[in-house]
Amino acid sequence: MAGAMPKFEFSFKQGENAAATSADALQTAVSVSGLNFFYGTRQVLHDIGIEIHRNRVLALIGPSGCGKSTFLRTLNRMNDTIEGARHSGQVLIDGENIYAPTLDVVALRKKVGMVFQKSNPFPKSIFDNVAFGPRLHGVRDRSKLAEIVERSLSQADLWTEVKDRLTANGTDLSGGQQQRLCIARALAVGPQILLMDEPASALDPRSTAKIEELIHQLRANYTIIIVTHNMQQAARVSDVTAFFFEGRLVELGETPELFTKPMERQTEEYITGRFG
Amino acid sequence: MKHLDREIDRLKAKILSLSSLVEENVTRAIKAVVEHEIESAKAVAQSDDEVDRLEVEVEEECLKVLALYQPVAIDLRYIIAILKINNDLERIGDLSVNIAYRALELSPQGVSPDVWALVEDMTSRVRQMLSSSLQSMVNLDAQVARNVCAADKEVDQLNKAIYRKLLNLIKADPTHADNLLLVLNTSRNLERIADHVTNIAEDVIYMTQGEIVRHGRALL
Repeated sequence: MAGAMPKFEFSFKQGENAAATSADALQTAVSVSGLNFFYGTRQVLHDIGIEIHRNRVLALIGPSGCGKSTFLRTLNRMNDTIEGARHSGQVLIDGENIYAPTLDVVALRKKVGMVFQKSNPFPKSIFDNVAFGPRLHGVRDRSKLAEIVERSLSQADLWTEVKDRLTANGTDLSGGQQQRLCIARALAVGPQILLMDEPASALDPRSTAKIEELIHQLRANYTIIIVTHNMQQAARVSDVTAFFFEGRLVELGETPELFTKPMERQTEEYITGRFG
Repeated sequence: MKHLDREIDRLKAKILSLSSLVEENVTRAIKAVVEHEIESAKAVAQSDDEVDRLEVEVEEECLKVLALYQPVAIDLRYIIAILKINNDLERIGDLSVNIAYRALELSPQGVSPDVWALVEDMTSRVRQMLSSSLQSMVNLDAQVARNVCAADKEVDQLNKAIYRKLLNLIKADPTHADNLLLVLNTSRNLERIADHVTNIAEDVIYMTQGEIVRHGRALL
């Protein structure tokens, strides 16, 4: 299958023997090869190989339990907290093995931010929510913090809505605003990569549209990997889409191609709603 | 069966009704020309309203499916192809009306047997192309569709040959020029039907294989 997809800007590697593609000219943000993942004795990811390039949006789609969220969480080692979780294979971010024993996991999560399905602002002020990460990483200067808060809220398209009430509690915002606050909080520590696990699934259509527009704007500065069950959303927001099924990467392709002319029958059956 | 499949089945039934009516009209129009059958010509003109009505219905059905189901992959390609085929069928319907009207005025006066033989050859080729393209649509058969695309060149050549022969006839003796121009017009309308039939075949290839072959792109 890898040989049939040389034009993809994300190269698609099965295992560790995949050939290089013409896309190598693009800067690689994440390089995954031969990744297997287990919860105890149960293997949930099989031989995953993907290269994710900078400033691109990758959507992960597939039926529930296909391994897409597990894959997402391997990229900032969120699975480390699950007992019995183990992996084999390699995940490189900026060429650095993120599973190396010497790796600083806190620094990794600063570089690889995450936004979850359910917005989870801290029961603190809007300002303190955004300033939380920078403070944790040692920023103490008030004016520096204020600058980070304004920039992060602006990037999350929330600044104009909350600039006059930064001391209000983050939990008082609407659902859509809370999710954008969480995005601002993730951006405040200066990540390079943003992982989004169904970031708009609990939002109304208007708030969803705002998040999608935001993803579009953020791709200028960040690499974004998004898990979504909403096929139309994947089609709208991403440059590249990966279809997972039963822990395997079935197909990876440029989003417009994958949604009009998928190469694999399983992908076609899934995106047209004929199974899964 | 999921909702979208039911909608697509409904759409299929409608486009098939339109296809058979248009195919029948082309046959009638050709009969009107070749056999000078006045009743066939009238029947074409009378049923054109039905063609127009079905075309609007198919378009509305396609728009509804697009808006309500946001289809992707094969489903999306199917709806888009049907939307375009629908348009081509309606145009073929109009062209068969043009041919039928000319047939009412057409007479053998001044038309040499060799020109008439070419016109008859063209009519049978166009009918065959139309029938094959509709078959390829029903059976989702890209190979049959590709054969239709290839056949269009022969119809183009026949049209050019008829044009040259008619031009020579008019130059030699302009007495029956009016009648000869009607033959030319019929040939031109048949050639345009073949072009729309080719569009249909190209859309079937896109529908089944996701490949855009218009403008000579990767046709054979």
